[in-house]
Amino acid sequence: MHLSEGILSLPILAGGGVVAVLGTAVGLKRLDYDHIIGTAMLSSAFFVASLIHVPLGPASIHLVLNGLIGILLGWASVPAIGIALLLQAFLFGYGGLTVLGVNIVIMAAPAVLVSLLFGRMIKKPGKQQMLGAFLAGATAILLSTILLALAMIGTDSSFIDTARLLLIAQLPLMLIEGTITMFVLSFLARVQPELLHLNSAPTP
Amino acid sequence: MISEPFAIGDSLLHRADPAVKITGALLLTLIIAVSSSLATPVAGLVLGLMLAAGARLPLGPLYKRLLAVNLFILLLWITLPLTGGGEAITPLGPLDLSSRGIELALLITFKTNGIVLILTALTATSSILEIGHSLERLHLPHKLILLLLTTYRYLGLIEQEYQRLRRSAALRCFSTSTNLHTYRTYGYLIGMTLIRSYDRSRRIHKAMLMRGFQGHFPLLALQATRPADLLLLLFFLACGTGLALLPVFW
Repeated sequence: MHLSEGILSLPILAGGGVVAVLGTAVGLKRLDYDHIIGTAMLSSAFFVASLIHVPLGPASIHLVLNGLIGILLGWASVPAIGIALLLQAFLFGYGGLTVLGVNIVIMAAPAVLVSLLFGRMIKKPGKQQMLGAFLAGATAILLSTILLALAMIGTDSSFIDTARLLLIAQLPLMLIEGTITMFVLSFLARVQPELLHLNSAPTP
Repeated sequence: MISEPFAIGDSLLHRADPAVKITGALLLTLIIAVSSSLATPVAGLVLGLMLAAGARLPLGPLYKRLLAVNLFILLLWITLPLTGGGEAITPLGPLDLSSRGIELALLITFKTNGIVLILTALTATSSILEIGHSLERLHLPHKLILLLLTTYRYLGLIEQEYQRLRRSAALRCFSTSTNLHTYRTYGYLIGMTLIRSYDRSRRIHKAMLMRGFQGHFPLLALQATRPADLLLLLFFLACGTGLALLPVFW
């Protein structure tokens, strides 16, 4: 879910760029050299997730998983998502250099927010963990779509109907992302719980 | 599979310093992206076509890339002319075609395609490894570059692990449809991919440390800005000035 080049206006592009740089700086500061490997791994997982298409009725929809990245990485998800988006721009031509900042904000701000909101729920095992993971996955998509819509409407008010259409189209993705994030989390918690603490525990 | 179809070649742009190309790409795409008159994006598209021709980009992958980008543009062409507001030009059944909506959609179409062409001709003609190194020469933080190069290193790995699990699921007659079973299977597939990739990336990292990895991925060819690259930079600056001043004269 990102915007291509040439759509947004200067104030939105500049605002997104400034917020993205600040967020990346905070994320990098909190990321020490020992955790770069784990972060890079999740950054490429975020990239690969966008290539996974899950069926939805007669069509299919590709995953975003920024909620999952958020709860696994916290603040470090800003540089992780930023790098994945930069690579997508270079390798596929999706998005570009001028909208990179806005796209980072659209994807990473919800990731950080859900890690702050639901992080504690997810650390506890059991039903609460499942609920927290579902909410994190679904909320991240909802917030991303809202940010995307706001960026478009802030550029030109005639985008309002296009933005509304996008918002409605993303609603099923919200449920799917929530469900898949929940299953990924419950699987990780059972099989290799250390992955849930990538960002807090020192790597042995 | 993740590949870099444009990175191999021996055109002038392939041989140029990636740091100069990235600077030029950022400058030119920024000027095109923020322009509000139609003249700059049209000129930008022409420049993009010239650069793409100059870099002798393979046409197949280029068409594919442009097609993917233009899908979203298509959505804009479906919605904007009907909902764009402004003057109604001609009634279309119960709806009005709006002049402002069409103008906006036209502007975006030129901007997007021009920018994608310029970006492809200038940045996709270097490998990610070269781009990482030149970003470091452009004084981006070392941690970020390390993250970029390591992420790129793991991309193929993670995709491979995912495809392997996907194949083994297919061998066990997993077929997808819209139900909880499918989503649960995908969830476990992704979880398992993460675990395997994590273990594998840790092993690779340890092997790299044992062989003296100190946070730098060395390049075989030394990067440097040559006089020809300075000429290229001047060319980009001239193009940028031209693009920025075009609406004043036209």
